[in-house]
Amino acid sequence: MNETNATNATVEAVADETVGTKPPQLRAARVRKQSIIKFVILLVTLGFLFIPLFSMLIFTLRHPLSGRWSLAPWVAIFTGNGESLGADLTVLWQGLGTSLALCVVTVVIMLLLMVPTMVIVHIRSKALERAIEWVATLPLTIPAIVLVVGLGPIYRWLSADVLSTNPIWLCFAYVILVMPFAFRAIAVGLNSIDVKTLVEASRSLGASWPKVFFRVIIPNLWQSILSASFISIAVVLGEYTVASLLGRMNLQVALYQLGQSNSQISTAMSLLALLFGVVLLVALDLISDAMRKSKEGK
Amino acid sequence: MTADQKISASSLTAGAAVKPDEDAFKNDPTATLEGVRGKDVTKAAKQLLRESAKRGGGSIQMQDVVKIYPGSTKRALDDFNLDIKPGEMVVLLGGSGCGKSTALRSLAGLEDIQGGRIMVGGQDVTGVPVNKREMAMVFQAYSLFPHMTALENVAFGLEVRGVGKEERRKVAMEQLELVGLADQAKKYTQQMSGGQQQRVALARALAIKPRVLLLDEPLSALDAKVRVQLRDEIRRIQLNTGTTTVFVTHDQEEALAVADRIGVMNKGKIEQIAAPQDLYQRPATEYVATFIGLTNRLPGASNGEEAVVFGQRLPLLPGSTKGDAVAVLVRPENLTLTLPSQHDSHVGERARVEVIHFLGSLVRVDTVITSGEYQRWNKGEQLKVTVQLPASELPAGLAVGDDVVVTPRAVAALAC
Amino acid sequence: MTAAIAQNGPAAAKAAGPSATSSTLARHRQELGTLAVTLPFFAYTACFLLAPTVIVVLGAFQTRDGGFTLANFSKLFEANTVSAFVTSIVVSIASSVIGAVVGGLASYALVIGAKPNGLMRRMVSAISSVLAQFGGVMLAFAFIATIGINGIGTMFIKQVTGLTVNPNWLSSLPGLVTVYCYFQIPLMIIIFLPAVDSIRPQWREACESLGGNTVQYWTRVALPILAPRFISAFLLLFASAFSAYATAAALFSQRSILVPLMIQGAMRNEMDPNQQGFAQVLAFAMIVVVAIVMLLSHAVEKRAGRWQ
Repeated sequence: MNETNATNATVEAVADETVGTKPPQLRAARVRKQSIIKFVILLVTLGFLFIPLFSMLIFTLRHPLSGRWSLAPWVAIFTGNGESLGADLTVLWQGLGTSLALCVVTVVIMLLLMVPTMVIVHIRSKALERAIEWVATLPLTIPAIVLVVGLGPIYRWLSADVLSTNPIWLCFAYVILVMPFAFRAIAVGLNSIDVKTLVEASRSLGASWPKVFFRVIIPNLWQSILSASFISIAVVLGEYTVASLLGRMNLQVALYQLGQSNSQISTAMSLLALLFGVVLLVALDLISDAMRKSKEGK
Repeated sequence: MTADQKISASSLTAGAAVKPDEDAFKNDPTATLEGVRGKDVTKAAKQLLRESAKRGGGSIQMQDVVKIYPGSTKRALDDFNLDIKPGEMVVLLGGSGCGKSTALRSLAGLEDIQGGRIMVGGQDVTGVPVNKREMAMVFQAYSLFPHMTALENVAFGLEVRGVGKEERRKVAMEQLELVGLADQAKKYTQQMSGGQQQRVALARALAIKPRVLLLDEPLSALDAKVRVQLRDEIRRIQLNTGTTTVFVTHDQEEALAVADRIGVMNKGKIEQIAAPQDLYQRPATEYVATFIGLTNRLPGASNGEEAVVFGQRLPLLPGSTKGDAVAVLVRPENLTLTLPSQHDSHVGERARVEVIHFLGSLVRVDTVITSGEYQRWNKGEQLKVTVQLPASELPAGLAVGDDVVVTPRAVAALAC
Repeated sequence: MTAAIAQNGPAAAKAAGPSATSSTLARHRQELGTLAVTLPFFAYTACFLLAPTVIVVLGAFQTRDGGFTLANFSKLFEANTVSAFVTSIVVSIASSVIGAVVGGLASYALVIGAKPNGLMRRMVSAISSVLAQFGGVMLAFAFIATIGINGIGTMFIKQVTGLTVNPNWLSSLPGLVTVYCYFQIPLMIIIFLPAVDSIRPQWREACESLGGNTVQYWTRVALPILAPRFISAFLLLFASAFSAYATAAALFSQRSILVPLMIQGAMRNEMDPNQQGFAQVLAFAMIVVVAIVMLLSHAVEKRAGRWQ
C-alpha cells in the first residue's frame, strides 16, 4: 500500500518536473483524434443497429393502439397461453418445434456430409478440395429464391411418392443453404492445424483410420465444428424463403402468420430468436477464447 | 539560425574536429579539437559541416530524453543522452526491454517524448513531426508496401516529395543497383526472399537522401548467413554514402562488426558508448563487461589502481572499486594455462579441466578451481574459470580431469 | 493429383511395403477410398443443388409440352419485368454502397489502435454475424416497430418535431434501402475485418518516415491495398441484397416490385398458361446476374493476387 503510494508520488513528481518543458505530444494528439473518430463511427453504426432492436422491445411492452404498458405478450409466450390477447399460439409452437427439429437434423446431416469429405480431400487431393470448395460455396451464387423454383418439382415428387409433406424434410434444402458457411468454418479449422502430419504421425504409430479420425482429427477440429454448427443453427432459425414458398410451416412462417393477427407476440418472439442467436455466437466466442487461453496456459 | 551559430553549436556539443584525412577521423571517434586553436577551429568546423552536408550526414544530440509509455510508470528512457557525429555509425546494443528501440523511435519521431530534446544537424526537431524530420527508417520486417513493385517502393519517398516520374525512376534504379537488386525491380516484394526485402527497404530509405538513417533490428528476421552478408553490405553502403546512421540490435557480434561506436544500453540509459575495441578491452561497468563477450569473475583484492588475482598483480581500469574481496573481470584470453609440472612461478591457481572446446585455431578450456577457499567467496558454488588460448599453446595431451594452473595475464581489467 | 498423392510418400510407402507393384496398387486403392468418402457429398449436392439448378435452366427453355423454345424469354423484356430488375439492382447497389462504406469504416474503427482480441471487437463481430443472418420476417418486424405506422420512432418524431412520417415510407425505395442496410452493414463488418487486420502498422510508420503525410498514406498506401478486398466485399454484398427475398416479402405482401417477389408471384400462378416458364426465366436471369457479379469478384481478387 505504502509502496504504491510512493510510486504514485514519484510519478506525479516526474510529471510536475517535466510539465514546464514538456515537448509537444504529437503522437498522443493524433491518437486522441483517432479515438474520437473511432468513437463517432462506432456510435453511429451501433446506434443504427440497436435502435430497431430497442424499438422492438418497447413495441412488445406498449400496446400500439391503446398506449397501455404491459408484459402481456411476454407472459403469453412464457405461459404458452395467448388467450388474454386473443391470439392462438398453436401455430407458433408448431413452427418453433419444427424449426428446432430442423436445426438438429440439418446440423447432423451437414456434419456427416462435410467433415469426413473435407478432411480426406484436404489430406489427399488438392484438386478435389478445390472442386468441393467450388460446389460448397455455389449456393452463394444460386439464391434461395432461385433454388426454390427448382426444388418445387423435386419436393412435389418427394412428398407425393417417397416421403411425406412433413416440414422436417426441409432439412435437405437447408443443408444446401448452410453449406457455404459451414464449409468456411471447417476450412479455417483445417488450415490452422497440420492435418497431414497429424495423420501420418498417428498412422505410423499404428492407429487405424477410424481411430485417427475420431481420436486425432475431430478433437483438433471441434472448435470449427462447433462454429459451423452454430452458424447453421442461426441460418435455419431465420429461414423463411424456402419454407414459405414450398408451403411448409417453420418458425418464420409462423411468425409471419401470427404477425398478421398479433404483431406484439410475434415481435417478442422475434426478439427472443435473435437473442438466442446472439447468445449462441457470444458463447462460441467465449468458449474458443477460453480454449485458446487454456492451450496457451499449458 | 545563421551559419556561424550552427558552427559554434556543433563544435561545442559534438566536440567535432577534422583531420586532413577524413576517413581517419571517421574511424577515430575519440579525435578531439585539442591542438586546433583559434581560426583553425572555425575553419575546421566549417569544413566538417560542408563535408557532412555534402555527404548527407547530420549530427545528432539526444539530451536528457525521458520516455514514459502511456499507462506505465516505468521510464523506458531515463534521462537518455546520445551524441553522434556526422557520418558516424552508432549501434545501440542491449537486451530486450532496455529501451534501444524506444530511443530509435523517439529519434525518428514515432514516439512522443516526455522530457528532454532532440537535435539533428544543430536543429531542434523535438516538435517536428515524423514526416518532416528527413530521416529514413528500416524496420525489422514487413514494412515494404505489398501493392508496389520493388522499384515503386524505392521511388515512394521521392513520389511524396513531388519528384517527377522520370527522375524518381532514375534515382530508384540507382539505389536498387547499389543494393544489387536492379534485376528485380519489377517484382512485387512478397515474391522476394527476406534478405532481398530488407535490401529493398534499405534502398528505399537511402533514396530520399536522409539526414539520418535509422535501422531498427533490420537483420533479426533473417537467416544467419544472409545476416552476415547484409550487415557487411550495410556497412559498405553507409561508408560510401557517409550517412549518419543509428543501428539498433540485440546481437553483439553484429554490433562489433559494423559500428564506429557502440552504445550499450541498460534500463533506459546508455551504460557506456565507445569504439568496439575499447568497449571490449576497457569496459566501464560490470554490465558492459558481461554483456559483451565472455568474462570470468575472479576473486581479488583491489586498491583502485591495481589488483591481485591468484597472486598475480594486474592494472585496473578507471572506475574500478577498492576492497579486499572484490570481483575482477578477466577475459578468457587474458588467462594462461600450464601443467603443474611445467609451472615454475609462484602465482596462479590450481584447477581441474572440465571441458575442452576446439574452435579451430583457438581452444577454450572450462576449468574448476580445485581449492575450496574460493567456494565461500562464490556463494558456496564451485568457482569456474574459462581460459581461451591459441591451439598451438595448449599443453600437449591435456585431457578432461587433468590438473592445470590458471594464471591471469597482466592486462588491465575491471574490479567491481 | 498424382503429385499430391506421391507427396504422401512415407506413410503410403510404409503401408504398401517395398514392392513397386503393391505400392501402385495401394495408390489406386487410396484413390478409390478418397472417391468413396467424397461420393455422398457429391451425390447429395447433385440431388439438391445441381438438380434444382438444372430444372430451372431447362424450364426456362421449355414449352408447355416439353419442347425447346426461346419464347419464354420474351416476358423478360416486358415493362414491369424490366422495372423490377431495375428496382432490384438499384436497391442492391444503394444498400451495398452504404453497407460497404459504413461497414468498412466500422471495421477500421474496430481494428486500428485496438487490441487484436479486445472485448469490444469480439462482441461486435459476434453480434454482426447474427445480424447479418437477421433477414426476413424478423427484420421487417424490427423496422415496422421502429418507423411503421405505430412505430416507436414514428411516435417519437411526432412528439418531438410534430412531423408525421409517411406510413408508406418503409415500402418506398429509400425505406427498402434502409432496411437492407441493416443486414448489409454487419455482413460487411464480418467480411472486411480480416482485410483491415492485414494492414500493418509498419506501413504507416514507413510511409511517415519517408515523408508521407496522412492523406498520402491513405491515398497511396492504405486504400490501394484495401481496394481489391473492398470491391470484392462490395460485390458479395450486392449479391446478398439482390437475392434477398424474405425481408421484401414480409414488407410488401402484394406488390411485385423486386425480382424475387416477381418470382414468387410467378410460382403462385404456375398453372396459368400465360405464365409458362416465367418463374424459371426470372430465376435463370437472377443466376446470370449473380454469376456475373461473382466472376467480377473473382477477377478483382485474382488481380490483387499478383501481389498478395
